[in-house]
Amino acid sequence: MARNKEAVVLVIDVGPSMHSVLPEIEKVCSLLIQKKLIFSRYDEVGFVLFGTADTKNELTEEVGGYEHVTVLRNIKVVDEDLVDALQNLPRGNIPGDFLDAIVVGMDMLIKKFGQTNKGKKRLCLITNAISPIKDPFEGTKGDQVNTIATQMAAQGMKMDCVIVRMKQDLETNMRVMKENDVLLSVFSNKSSSKVVYVENPTSLLGALRTRNISPVTIYRGDFEISSQLKIKVWVYKKTSEEKFPTLKKYSEKAPPTDKFATHEIKVDYEYKSIEDPNKVVPPEQRIKGFRYGPQVVPISSAEWEAVKFNPEKSVKLLGFTDASNIMRHYYLKDVNIFIAEPGNKMAILALSALARAMKEMNKVAIVRCVWRQGQGNVVVGVLTPSVSDEDNTPDSFYFNILPFAEDVREFQFPSFSNLPSSMQPNEKQQEAADKLVQMLDLAPTGKQEILPPDFTTNPVLERYYRYLDLKSKHPDAAVPPLDETLRKITEPDVELLSRNKSIIEEFRRSFELKENPKLKKSTRRIMKERPSGSDGEGEEFDKDADAKAIDSIGYSSKDKVEKIGDINPVKDFEEMMSRRDNPRWISKAIQDMKNKTFDLVENSCEGDTYDKALECLVALRRGCILEQEPKQFNDFLCHLYKFCQEKDLRSFCQYLASHGMNLITKTEAPDSEIPEHEARSFMVKPEPDSQNVESEAKAEDDIMSIFLGGK
Amino acid sequence: MSMDLDPDEVFRDDEDDPESEFYKERDATKELLVYLVDASPKMFSTTCPTDDEKTATHFQLSINCIAQSLRTQIINRSYDEVAICFFNTREKKNLQDLSGVYVFNVPEREDLDRPTARLIKEFDRIEERFDKEIGSKYGIVPGSRENSLYNALWVAQALLRKGSAKIADKRMLLFTNEDDPFGNLKGVIKVDMMRTTLQRAKDAQDLGIAIELLPLSRPDDEFNVSLFYTDLLGLEGDDLAQFKALVGERFEDLKDQLRKRMFKKRRVRRLRFVIFNGLSIELNTYALIRPTNPGTITWLDSMTNLPLTTERSFICADTAAIIQEPVKRFQSYKNENVMFSVDELSEVKRVSTGHLRLLGFKPLSCLKDYHNLKPATFAFPSDEEMIGSTCLFVALHRSMVRLKRFAVAFYGNSSHPQLVALVAQDEITTPSGQVEPPGMHLIYLPYSDDIRHVEELHTDPNSVPHATDDQIKKASALVRRIDLKDFSVCQFANPALQRHYAVLQALALDEDEMPEIKDETLPDEEGMARPGIVKALEEFKLSVYGENYEEDDAKTDGKAEPSRKRKANAMKEYSNYDWSDLADNGKLKDLTVVELKYYLAAHNIPVTGKKEALISRILTHMGK
Repeated sequence: MARNKEAVVLVIDVGPSMHSVLPEIEKVCSLLIQKKLIFSRYDEVGFVLFGTADTKNELTEEVGGYEHVTVLRNIKVVDEDLVDALQNLPRGNIPGDFLDAIVVGMDMLIKKFGQTNKGKKRLCLITNAISPIKDPFEGTKGDQVNTIATQMAAQGMKMDCVIVRMKQDLETNMRVMKENDVLLSVFSNKSSSKVVYVENPTSLLGALRTRNISPVTIYRGDFEISSQLKIKVWVYKKTSEEKFPTLKKYSEKAPPTDKFATHEIKVDYEYKSIEDPNKVVPPEQRIKGFRYGPQVVPISSAEWEAVKFNPEKSVKLLGFTDASNIMRHYYLKDVNIFIAEPGNKMAILALSALARAMKEMNKVAIVRCVWRQGQGNVVVGVLTPSVSDEDNTPDSFYFNILPFAEDVREFQFPSFSNLPSSMQPNEKQQEAADKLVQMLDLAPTGKQEILPPDFTTNPVLERYYRYLDLKSKHPDAAVPPLDETLRKITEPDVELLSRNKSIIEEFRRSFELKENPKLKKSTRRIMKERPSGSDGEGEEFDKDADAKAIDSIGYSSKDKVEKIGDINPVKDFEEMMSRRDNPRWISKAIQDMKNKTFDLVENSCEGDTYDKALECLVALRRGCILEQEPKQFNDFLCHLYKFCQEKDLRSFCQYLASHGMNLITKTEAPDSEIPEHEARSFMVKPEPDSQNVESEAKAEDDIMSIFLGGK
Repeated sequence: MSMDLDPDEVFRDDEDDPESEFYKERDATKELLVYLVDASPKMFSTTCPTDDEKTATHFQLSINCIAQSLRTQIINRSYDEVAICFFNTREKKNLQDLSGVYVFNVPEREDLDRPTARLIKEFDRIEERFDKEIGSKYGIVPGSRENSLYNALWVAQALLRKGSAKIADKRMLLFTNEDDPFGNLKGVIKVDMMRTTLQRAKDAQDLGIAIELLPLSRPDDEFNVSLFYTDLLGLEGDDLAQFKALVGERFEDLKDQLRKRMFKKRRVRRLRFVIFNGLSIELNTYALIRPTNPGTITWLDSMTNLPLTTERSFICADTAAIIQEPVKRFQSYKNENVMFSVDELSEVKRVSTGHLRLLGFKPLSCLKDYHNLKPATFAFPSDEEMIGSTCLFVALHRSMVRLKRFAVAFYGNSSHPQLVALVAQDEITTPSGQVEPPGMHLIYLPYSDDIRHVEELHTDPNSVPHATDDQIKKASALVRRIDLKDFSVCQFANPALQRHYAVLQALALDEDEMPEIKDETLPDEEGMARPGIVKALEEFKLSVYGENYEEDDAKTDGKAEPSRKRKANAMKEYSNYDWSDLADNGKLKDLTVVELKYYLAAHNIPVTGKKEALISRILTHMGK
């Protein structure tokens, strides 16, 4: 048998009181089979129903009894039909006896494997355990359960019991229920069994482990309290994200007739020189480069090995500190668990003593860990005690990684007490909030916690596997909507809301929320992200914002200036320049203004438009300084000047000079290439000055080069 | 982008990889930053006490913090550009040739540019060179029309004209301890110079440049912002009320405050928090804690050291034809290939409407220490879009803190929808400023699929031992002894990262010697050797292990047995070979891996790796 291969017998109660939850049981059991089909193809599964009208099992034939227990399938390797079979469980009509069913399941495992496969044989019992089990022929029910549990342990079997008790079940026979619970607890005490109770269908989906991952230690060795005291520990992962499956890319190239086509796609990498894109560099000629600012520093692997940080494998205590010193939000990654080396009684005791002492004193331990030799880094983390209530489970520690100095960004935020009074809740509002926080309660006393992480399945994965099965039958099926049970994970519970209707209404009334009218519409669009299937009430906000966002893209810009008109070009220009919705408005404004000015000069009749043209130029000049575009203005002014010289419009040049119009200088805008003295001389001296020929020529050159460069 | 492609990384499915988006901050804008450091004699004469009974000047404090932030920046945000500019200097160095302003730079770098190894190195030595090369001098004095502050603003503005204001975030950070720069002047000249300076600042702000002031001050000599800087910064109302001078009794406090204020907050995203249908508030989220990793690898051509471009091609495994990026994915299931389009897959992941949806509240005790998968995200309310968001948030926050409850919400982002715990954090401040900001932390909760039940493997039907009261008492005494009183998270630098960048810096500057990095994470051996601790340790040891700690330690009933057996077997087999002869004649390669391992196991050498590695290890061990 392969190393991680397991054998599971599903033992399912299909009696009358179970009918209401059977649809969920069908789902969770078929998911279990589906995952086995994908991830553990060689696992073996058998399944037993009880509470059926019929009886079909080997024990009843061999020794009699065991009525209403039906072996639907003997233990064998998982196959496709099983998924369908589990999706259509027959409904039984007899209150079932779970103990009989357990014995039948055990019998199947024993017959198939005998003493082999310790620890890889599992029974999964799903029942509500509200019907009494039969009295044994001799001794008490307790004795009988004891015997069975001992046998189970001896055979190396594990059992997961999921006890599903919905609200209506709780009103039935309390005495029987209590008795059964006591009997079930014998299993968890005497054997490797786990009993979990669930009160709603959503938790049921999370209560049964659908994927069998055998935990692997990430460290085995000393936990060094000091050089004098070392405790042997094993470290495992406690949480690790089950990722969305990585699907392969599909190739359609193979001819449809090719029955053996894999349709897989290989990814090939070629490294090419940046200088010569046709030259392929073989992989062994590559060298790793690390970025340091703008530089890339090449280091060969051998070199890197020699200089890199290389700590010794070890787990060392740095010290203890108050639990309150470690904020919950510093936990950085997934969580590990420290357990004493199995069988090492002293190590178990030492960890137990530390855990209990720390819990009592509300302390945590800070440790430095290097899990493997050569891992190249260290982690510093916090150990928090996990003290076990059960006799058969050792005390342990959870380990969370803490951030290093480099990982923390100390952003500063305003104190709430310094906020303006309009942002501070008044007494009435605070009261409404208090009530809400208290009453919208997901962990009511005396009842089961709603959506505990330990029993809440991942709705995305759940949905994916169901869709996968659907698609295998109907390749064109669309993604079905999320069902009621899974929606309870993503949306508030309708019943909880309606129970607290008045508190919610009060809360709504207490707080006034309104959209900020001053906000530019365009920014509102940026933050929008479209959630799917937006048909809920909560989407009003979105739709609203959306409509406005579309609006802002340009359909309603009637009130905004888009071109420079004849009546008030300066005002139009300034408004366009101040538009911030799109950077192109600035260049458009400058271009339009140049055209406008040019038109004014060109079409002037005896200087009648000079004053208006000057106004435009002044505005353009101001705008170009403000927007750091001096070249735009200077080029244009040179162009205009030249044009006037050629077209006999020298009077305009003189007009400008007399009004002090000149190029934008370096002092005004650092981008400008025009020193102050040259700017002034540009207009004042249209004719070369004999004393200043050299500088003039240079200025001329500069202007020409600007002019040419600008074209 | 394609340059950074590493085959190992690409094998992960791109659109299915939630990590990439989560850990990468939004870098829509880069930051252009000019440090404007007052170098007037007053910055050198004002001191504050440091730890080692010395004193440090405000000037030292400022450059110290800048040096530190350059280091952080080159690691975390090396794309941001930075310029360092002193004003009130004797010498001048700037493009505008304005007096009293000195732009510090190193070769192969523009004045405003990304930080380089050389910049960091030379800036570290600025203090010893300052007086000789740059010099300090009051820039605004009676009888002169020079205005060094005006010049400084101008130079900084000119530096910052690089890049469009739309894609770059432009800032000036002004370090000074002079609250009244024109205090020495009188009459028209004073009015005139103040006016032009304010106008200069306003022009810069109009261009989208933010001016921030880091006012240094002493406890007995408060920085009076209203004398001049209120106008320069354009502070009004609430902003003014929140504006506080940096004051510290100690240098360390001041440094701490300064460091915190130099950071610019970067929002990760804006979120809508749906309280109920039709009632939503607006939150901004921030990544306050994210693991910093050594930067990505760029492959170079070892002949030229020039970067290589990576070209990825998809090849059909059946026909070897090269194909375009395929759009369909498949999963083998029930002996057939079930096909999915990318759209279908993203539809599967879309399980929720709305961004963050309140489901209810639970007591904090329901949030277990193992309910964690990745770093938390910080949420702070914003009224920018929804007026009233802050008020509602503050009310919920106060109730949650007071009632010790957290909110459970569903975070329906498209790549990775998840349940989150919203834990309200009250503000925590110390004399050196805010330590924990007020707000809520989004803690990403695991699903049942993500939680492993390791404890069950270690259960024992015959019950496992638990500590006795005496053992617990001895453990308590030990815990009390080894107490890290002032422990704060993140007090350690990451030694691997420090080493990584120190090596890079040395290589980048062609230095021969590799720097030594102190590993701060090692336990305090000296402290552990104190008699009180040793005594507590011995008592605890005695209580748990009895007199025979050493023996017990050596003897464990678990896995040690088989490995010892393996070793014995190896020893037996080992003697069957003439190893020296095999090695001399190059015949080691003819042995199987199993055979080679006999040698390694017999000599307690690691037995892992490929055959070549094993052989070379054996040869090394033989000294051949």
